[in-house]
Amino acid sequence: MNDDNILATTAARVFDDLAPLATRSAAADDTWQAELWQTLEEHGMTLAAVPEHLGGAGATLSDAFTLLTVAGRHSAPAPLAETFLAGWLLSTAHMQVPRGPLSIVAADKHTELVLRPHGQGWQLRGYARRVPWARHAEHLDLLATGDSRDYVVCVPRSACAVVHGDNLAGEPRDDVRFDDVVLRDLQVVPAGHGIDHDALKLMGACARACQMAGALDRVLDLALRYVSERVQFGRALAKFQAIQHQLATLAGEAAAAAVAADSAAIAVEALGPALAAFDIAAAKIRCGAAAGSGAAIAHQVHGAMGFTADYPLHHATRRLWSWRDDFGNEAYWAERLGAQVCARGGDALWLSLSSPGDVTARSSAPA
Amino acid sequence: MALSPLQFPATTLPPATLALRDEVRSFLAAERANGGFTPLCDGWLTPSFDFSRKMGQRGFLGLTWPKRYGGQERSQMDRFVVTAEVLAWGAPVAAHWIADRQTGPLLLRVGTEAQRQTFLPRIVAGEYYFAVAMSEPDAGSDLANVRTMATPRPGGGWLLNGAKVWTSNAHEYHAMVVFCRTASQSSERHRGFSQFMVERTQPGVTINPIRLITGQHHFNEVVFNNVELSEAQLLGQEGDGWAQVTHELAFERSGPERFMSTYPLLCQVIDELGAAADQRARTAVGQLVAQFWTLYHMSMRVFSRLAAGLDADTEAVLVKELGSRLEKEVAEVLRLVIDCAPSLHSAMRIEALFAKAILHSPSFSPRGGTSEILRGIIARGLGLR
Repeated sequence: MNDDNILATTAARVFDDLAPLATRSAAADDTWQAELWQTLEEHGMTLAAVPEHLGGAGATLSDAFTLLTVAGRHSAPAPLAETFLAGWLLSTAHMQVPRGPLSIVAADKHTELVLRPHGQGWQLRGYARRVPWARHAEHLDLLATGDSRDYVVCVPRSACAVVHGDNLAGEPRDDVRFDDVVLRDLQVVPAGHGIDHDALKLMGACARACQMAGALDRVLDLALRYVSERVQFGRALAKFQAIQHQLATLAGEAAAAAVAADSAAIAVEALGPALAAFDIAAAKIRCGAAAGSGAAIAHQVHGAMGFTADYPLHHATRRLWSWRDDFGNEAYWAERLGAQVCARGGDALWLSLSSPGDVTARSSAPA
Repeated sequence: MALSPLQFPATTLPPATLALRDEVRSFLAAERANGGFTPLCDGWLTPSFDFSRKMGQRGFLGLTWPKRYGGQERSQMDRFVVTAEVLAWGAPVAAHWIADRQTGPLLLRVGTEAQRQTFLPRIVAGEYYFAVAMSEPDAGSDLANVRTMATPRPGGGWLLNGAKVWTSNAHEYHAMVVFCRTASQSSERHRGFSQFMVERTQPGVTINPIRLITGQHHFNEVVFNNVELSEAQLLGQEGDGWAQVTHELAFERSGPERFMSTYPLLCQVIDELGAAADQRARTAVGQLVAQFWTLYHMSMRVFSRLAAGLDADTEAVLVKELGSRLEKEVAEVLRLVIDCAPSLHSAMRIEALFAKAILHSPSFSPRGGTSEILRGIIARGLGLR
């Protein structure tokens, strides 16, 4: 994974300085870290992949996914992934991307959104559950159907009613009501070609895969340190073969997640989310599986220590347990990937599997 | 910067490699269509002399070797895609496998010019096959415990005595590379070993079958009774055997053969299920596909590091450790989503594929290093030992 670039190393330093894992309190998971956000914004990290003329830093999608991996590694208490997704969605519609924290509303069975023409602009009515970081976002971005086509919509959060909720990691997951929110024309723009709810879900899944890969890297590091320092029966835990084998397995899960997330990110960069659906699905499945088994091993070797709020392991593991469910869990993506593979037959599988970034292999039989 | 000591940087396949892959694909498609082979699990353990000769004629063997020995001077990544293709198609590639993967590169590294001239062009042609004789009754994972011994003869050469086990297909191949002692055990465990090329038909060589649980004759016991070895049969330097066998282990451990042995079963199940697959079947297939996709990328990334001459030994071991678990999981997961009665002798291809995948599963971990040994090596790479 190419995370040695200047953006990634700077981000790592910012997180270490302003949100150090060692001293971070679990109680602060949902509080707003204004200084952290401001610093990230000053470095152009919050809208890294948004083109410059739309208000971003003009980096590649790949750079942005790398940033999310770093953020995952540091359990960054900030809506970087959400702001990335919102920025991506707005830029596909050539909309100016506002500064400040953003979030997105992904379609799910609890979400109902109705967009109606209203005077010179539009009116949005509806309800969305568990919107990440909604209470701290300045704008919520979403796709909604109005006059039988999809629109990209940018809603000021101040116009919405927000009810607080959280995920396993204590990250905000708020319910949001849009009570006939009146929107100006500029805030509602027809969605670009190929931009729909599924494209947004795919991007979200890829983002979470990268965050999980980063978190697993942290989990492995903490476990390696702990077993080398903790002494029982007169020797470091690391000297017990049973512990060595556990950590070898954990390293395998972390490596699989890192390669899966990185490969999917590369495919998205080359092909866009729709044609990279095969890779994204596979990565979300593999990272989700690694999240569960990796977190379990890390806690097992940490004993009671890892179960305490003071020790930093939980920052990563509680996020892993949450993120694996976001934007479709392993079962959702496995069924979807399996359906596609079964419909296309055994020979076609090898073409998809072995053709990363190969546009012809994908476009002849899209996901 | 990743915290893990294990690194898997991204790589891409150059256009020439992709072109070669297309060439191999058309060859395999044509062979399968005209009955040249029927896709099978563990194809890299199943010999077909005809098929190996065809691979040779098409220039798919000795890909990375110098042209003066019949090679193509192509890249290791070219070899990676050819290897992955033949396994994905379930082709019977065992006959040339060891010669192409191990013996040829070993000859190029440590062999004499005469040895290279003698063997490499025949390996490239897919006409000369090597087996590997390493394990012994008391030397499995603990290879340094090997007792087979070559003792110097007055006037030059050696006399070889001892017995090897699990020697795959030695009864069918022309020769085997024997790993043995040339000096008695010393305080340094890895000293005093050498490698020799021994022909199957040499006087004093006795080959006895050791039947697999499938009933197949694949393994052998090979007994050496005063086998006369000449200087020309010594591979590399006397006493350097240990370094010689461990040198390219990473290539052997990270290759696609470490996770694709049961891939042909997955393809067959997918074809049987078709678009009518129910939810449980779709989920099971998707879950396995995600693992194959991940390992394909891991394997390719490790291979490209090794091809660049960089250290990726621990990463290679990790691919093998994850891979042999996936090879087992394929049949275990798929048997629950498709109703069939596995049998090696069934006329239904899916039942025969299931049978082989299940009955061969005990071998996936031991070959190339058992999972327990590999986890120990990974732990060392992580700095725990």
